[in-house]
Amino acid sequence: MIEIQNVRKSFGSLEVLKGIDLTVNKGEVVTVIGGSGSGKSTLLTCINGLEPIDAGRILVDGTEVHAKSTDLNKLRAKVGIVFQQWNAFPHLTVLENVMLAPRKVLGLSKEKAEEIAVKQLTHVGLGEKLSVYPTRMSGGQQQRMAIARALAMSPEYMLFDEVTSALDPQLVGEVLDTLRMLASEGMTMICVTHEMKFAREVSDRVAFFHKGVMAEIAAPEALFGAPKDPELKKFLAATH
Amino acid sequence: MFNTALTLSDLGFLLQGALMTLAVTAVSVTAGTILGVIFGVVRNQVGPYWAVPLTFVLDVFRSVPLLIQLVLGNAFQSIAKLGWPPFTTSCVVLSLYTAAYCTEIVRGGISSVPPTTRRAARSLGMTWWQDMRYIVAPLATRVSLPSWIGLTLGVMKDSALVLWLGLIELLRASQVLVTRLQEPLLILMICGAIYFLISFPIARLGGYLEKRWSND
Repeated sequence: MIEIQNVRKSFGSLEVLKGIDLTVNKGEVVTVIGGSGSGKSTLLTCINGLEPIDAGRILVDGTEVHAKSTDLNKLRAKVGIVFQQWNAFPHLTVLENVMLAPRKVLGLSKEKAEEIAVKQLTHVGLGEKLSVYPTRMSGGQQQRMAIARALAMSPEYMLFDEVTSALDPQLVGEVLDTLRMLASEGMTMICVTHEMKFAREVSDRVAFFHKGVMAEIAAPEALFGAPKDPELKKFLAATH
Repeated sequence: MFNTALTLSDLGFLLQGALMTLAVTAVSVTAGTILGVIFGVVRNQVGPYWAVPLTFVLDVFRSVPLLIQLVLGNAFQSIAKLGWPPFTTSCVVLSLYTAAYCTEIVRGGISSVPPTTRRAARSLGMTWWQDMRYIVAPLATRVSLPSWIGLTLGVMKDSALVLWLGLIELLRASQVLVTRLQEPLLILMICGAIYFLISFPIARLGGYLEKRWSND
């Protein structure tokens, strides 16, 4: 369970999160929508401990992410994150990209790490690309590799930060299919996305962020079908 | 073809000089590179404010002519009664000179690795050290290699200046022979050829590594 309690975060004088409360249960898929600069992406990097927070707390299975005593590297093995920019390690092959963290962070043997990596890469449809360097692949393939790389750590939670935003339109589908597959397998996910159709399909709940505030959260039918927040109404009218 | 007074033992003398050049270069480039990597990482880690003193010292080593550094270095070691032989003094000064340039090369290499790539490594649970070791080091090395090869070749040639401290390296050995035999053209051609023979493999090694790392 991920518990976000009254989290505040500023960059300089700009407050990007103004007291966010959100609890995500095991097996739940929550998507976060909202305009750019609404704080959605920042929230994800805070959950993973990549960004400090100014107030409030975030608990992952009861462990406080930003407590001094928390081993962030251990926590991050449990909470995978995939970014808008896929960030492949360009000097490593696809297989090596996925094997690296399981070997070095989890301390698995080469054979075991390779077995997991091959399994995850096959899972996201890259079983044929093991020995290819990522720069030789399309953005969609690199993004699926990034997903496999995160999954190879056997995380219990996955955070997706606008993973299709930097892709060519024709490549968006293959990545969303991968996310749909994960959701159907029961992975606990928080997805920040601009893909409304996708959000509607996979989510258990959809949250709408506006200027650092979670303005509305509801099941997709309710949120898209009968939005209450005036800003959400405007947002939906503009994106449809 | 040549009517020359140059004997085999003279050639041996030149080769001994070449070995001295190689020794000074090898020691200085090795020590200078190790120091440069440490300074480069420190400069990257501590931020621009705290790096000011280090940057200042390195700037001094980059801007004062090497000849003056060698002479001052030698004077300093004798005032401080360190009792260093010319070889040690030469290597210490040249190492610091190399380190000053290498620091900038390393810093540039590290900052060429996109922060997002490093964040991805950290997000997988890798520690700072693992990120440095497995992601930053290989990527930065690729970017820095051409400049580093250039620095090494430069230091190899600049090392001729250690003759001012009395070391008989390749150029000094040539000078001695020129003075004695009065055949500057031939001797300097041989000297130049030896410099080329030393440089060429280093330059080729750089080319080879670049090709190997280009992921093709």
